[in-house]
Amino acid sequence: MNMAVARSEFTLPGIRCAGCISKIEDGLADVPGVRAARVNLTAKRVAIEHGQDIDALALQEAIGALGFAAEPVVRMSGADEAAHAESRRLLKALGVAGFAAMNIMLLSVSIWSGADGPTRQLFHWLSALVAMPTTAYAGQPFFRSAWVALRHGRTNMDVPISIGVLLATSLSLFETITGGAHAYFDGAVSLIFFLLAGRFLDSAMRERARDGAAALLRQTAPGGTIERPDGSTKWLTAADIAPGMRLLVGTGECFAADGKVEEGTSEVDRSLVTGESRAEAIVPGDSVIAGSLNMTGPVTVRVTAAGPDTAIAGMARLMETAGQGRSHYVRLADRAARYYAPAVHTLAALSFVGWMIAGAGWHQALLIAVAVLIITCPCALGLAVPVAQVVASGALMRRGLLVKDGSALERLAEVDRICFDKTGTLTLGRPQLAGSPNLAAEDASIVLALARGSRHPLSKALGAALEAAGARPAVLQDVHEAPGFGLEGIYEGTRVRLGRPGWVGLSGFADEALSCGYGRNGHTAHLFCFADQLRPDAEAAVAQVVSMGLRPVILSGDRREAVLPVAHRLGMTGRADMRPEAKLRAVQDYAAEGDRVLVIGDGLNDGPALSAGHVSIAPSSASDVGQNAADIVFLGDSLLPVPIAIRAARRTMRVVRQNFALAIGYNVLAVPLALAGRVTPLIAAIAMSTSSIFVVANALRLNRCAR
Amino acid sequence: MTGIALLIPVALLLGLGGLAAFLWSLSDGQFDDLEGAAERILIDGEAKEREPD
Repeated sequence: MNMAVARSEFTLPGIRCAGCISKIEDGLADVPGVRAARVNLTAKRVAIEHGQDIDALALQEAIGALGFAAEPVVRMSGADEAAHAESRRLLKALGVAGFAAMNIMLLSVSIWSGADGPTRQLFHWLSALVAMPTTAYAGQPFFRSAWVALRHGRTNMDVPISIGVLLATSLSLFETITGGAHAYFDGAVSLIFFLLAGRFLDSAMRERARDGAAALLRQTAPGGTIERPDGSTKWLTAADIAPGMRLLVGTGECFAADGKVEEGTSEVDRSLVTGESRAEAIVPGDSVIAGSLNMTGPVTVRVTAAGPDTAIAGMARLMETAGQGRSHYVRLADRAARYYAPAVHTLAALSFVGWMIAGAGWHQALLIAVAVLIITCPCALGLAVPVAQVVASGALMRRGLLVKDGSALERLAEVDRICFDKTGTLTLGRPQLAGSPNLAAEDASIVLALARGSRHPLSKALGAALEAAGARPAVLQDVHEAPGFGLEGIYEGTRVRLGRPGWVGLSGFADEALSCGYGRNGHTAHLFCFADQLRPDAEAAVAQVVSMGLRPVILSGDRREAVLPVAHRLGMTGRADMRPEAKLRAVQDYAAEGDRVLVIGDGLNDGPALSAGHVSIAPSSASDVGQNAADIVFLGDSLLPVPIAIRAARRTMRVVRQNFALAIGYNVLAVPLALAGRVTPLIAAIAMSTSSIFVVANALRLNRCAR
Repeated sequence: MTGIALLIPVALLLGLGGLAAFLWSLSDGQFDDLEGAAERILIDGEAKEREPD
């Protein structure tokens, strides 16, 4: 027996309660080979410790047997991991700053209430002892960001914060050493504490949205079975598969690499890659791409490209270059800081010079200049944006919208053009039976029994429609799938078939991929037509978007005949037959004309356009690539979350501007006091906390912004 | 003054103790699954021991 312990993690999108937790943990404990299983409900994951004798595939099946869909955890990307570590660091710094702020505040209260002489001196020293290491440790996120900005010749919100904190701390230390009356340790440390709280909330919310989106990701293909030249087979991870190998892909498996079919016929579902669920028949000689699903028959594939050379990886590179424009976006708070920081620093310098000229002596002039800096330190400004965005993101999350990027709401509030993909975005992306089945009860039960034998999207749609109509499956013998054609079985001695219209004796249909026939020996054949339906509320959503002043357009890779009816019904212009590069160029052209483009799409073919847009949204049914590239992911079938998100983003920015006005208004009141040399540490502390409380209270109104 | 000399170190040590406990629980993963912690109290732990009747 192998004693080594392995660890596997799976995402469980379907869990939501205590019942699910105990069912999975208890159920897995009974699986031989499993040492321990722990469910994380927040991240919707389960971590399993198990022996080497049970592998990930068997574990996935074991969880499936318990009634939950599980996918192996997609390895976190470098950026996600860095964000996670950053969030942790912020929380630690917040803890330290909180401890220090409370203790120093206690000491300060006794000074403000009249302690003087040696007691005040002692308390100042104690405060310094606590404040110095705290500033050095908990202030790092601000110092680092300010340093990076200054080194690149820019300025951001962290520059005035860092200067204020550092000057306040060093001046207070000087005052303590020389036995002065005023020390601002409490102000400096509680400033760090307030700002860290805003930062941490911001990053924690972002991380939750990312976790939620990651739980939706289906791993393209963790690996595949390779046939060696000597005929033996071995399961390899996707990274280990190399061009030239022979890959065996069973029914229901994903292709782990790009390749050419050598043996077998089947149909593939490329919805993970393109967002379109229309099945495509493959025969020997056809090429397949990694990430598509093999549906009806086992095939053998000669690998032509693997790992970083696959079509998916190529698209990822195209997206990376397309997304570079967006990284130049300067967040609102930092744009405000461009004007704010120089103004504040000039003011402080002027007050120093002014008091020197007035003959106050350099010590007093410096004290007043530092008081000006502390009073103007943008505590409320630093909170104004993150708190508003955290509250709005939380409200949107409750409505099923995951906001993954910090500046997404800012950018969403500015859009004036909106580009839709058609298949999978405006439509559901899965075929549904058009009209009613219109079958006799006996035939309905035969068709249902046949349809259940395949994972083809048409048979799944047909099965669902018949079940909804109340049909029960008939008993058939010898049901089997003829790859590329359909299903066949024996019913009471006669042959029954469900599949391609031509195969069951029907002919002359334009769109074979969206229709299927049912034939029974001795009866006339029956035809079922399917259509990719519009999302519910698509018309209402588009109408709302138009009434908000946005100009919609469809950019579709589909045929003109398929795009125009949808465009006409929704009342917008449609452009058809667009390749991914053409979509990307269209978005870039709109941007060059000065439009702020919102791109909504789901497929791999939308990936570059999603990255190039000013901001992008993807449905949760989107391909991995689409979800990764989008700033916001929405759950469910309805398209209404799109106008909801835009409205919420605009309200958020309105509240942010109000917050800026509040913060600046407070400065207008407090700065003259500081210039006049009337600000004591007590007044600074009171002014700073009240302005922060006002800003936070104003932001909390956004809690209902997604209704 | 003697009171202060005793009380201030006690207050600081208590605060430091709380801080240390917070940092420990953070690194121990106590905050990793806040929703799960809230739901877990509803799990009936004795369900497995019950005799089938």
